[in-house]
Amino acid sequence: MSAHDAESIRKETKAYITVFISLAVLTVLTVGVSYFHMPVRLAILVALAIATFKGSLVAAVFMHLRAERRLIYWVLVLTVIFFIFLMAIPSISQWDQRMLR
Amino acid sequence: MEIPYTTEARPDTGLFNAKLGIWLFLASEVMLFGSLFSAYILLRTGAPVWPHGRTQGLSIPLATVNTMVLIASSVTMVLSWASLRLKDFAKYRLYLGLTILAGLCFMVIKGFEYSAKFEHHHFPSTSTFFAVYFTLTGLHGLHVLGGMIINGYFWGPGAKMWKSDPERFTNRIEVAGLYWHFVDLVWIFLFPTLYLL
Repeated sequence: MSAHDAESIRKETKAYITVFISLAVLTVLTVGVSYFHMPVRLAILVALAIATFKGSLVAAVFMHLRAERRLIYWVLVLTVIFFIFLMAIPSISQWDQRMLR
Repeated sequence: MEIPYTTEARPDTGLFNAKLGIWLFLASEVMLFGSLFSAYILLRTGAPVWPHGRTQGLSIPLATVNTMVLIASSVTMVLSWASLRLKDFAKYRLYLGLTILAGLCFMVIKGFEYSAKFEHHHFPSTSTFFAVYFTLTGLHGLHVLGGMIINGYFWGPGAKMWKSDPERFTNRIEVAGLYWHFVDLVWIFLFPTLYLL
């Protein structure tokens, strides 16, 4: 292992600690905003936005997706497409219900 | 016969095999949790009223602590991998040990939460809310347990590989870490959707 490698690993370690602090702060923020009696739709939007941001930090830094091979990105692109479809199924079913009425 | 591409990258994928393997597995895990999440959305939007977690006796302080515990365990996990890359085996063991302890702490807190629910006669059969709560947190808890078993193996008997094939062992810890971070990521979404909304 070269001195350069060791230096870059130490830099990464600093990024891990920064992400840890950010995640802890965002967790407190999520809990904090849940006490503001917001309208349900807005509360869901805010909570999911914070969760998505936290999740992206974990994926990008801890799972080091910010620098990964292209094939893994392709696997994830496919996963995201199918995931979006899965999340759309409840809406499709509601639309279907309306059509039946 | 030796297992191919445990350390060197396979020419066509540019990855060692276990790395592509774990990502394909995680893709299937996204669909597993995704389908249950989708069912949750369907049940919730279809219900005339949906109770807030707080009114059902879910403890937000305990769940917040558990979120912090799981986030901390993700950091120690990634630090254990970084230690191996720096050839510091003692630190690797320390950080992985902390990761396993954090997992145990999560499970104990979850155990307290579950027993409090059972004491109040809240079971999966009680209501749709509790059916969703127990199914999602139960499946997640099983994943934490699975991660603890894998990490426990790499902390104990599996660590022998560090002497015979350090590069391959480092890759194993990377892959185990990717799984562990995924389990953390799932909780990041479960916590607000079950407890806070």
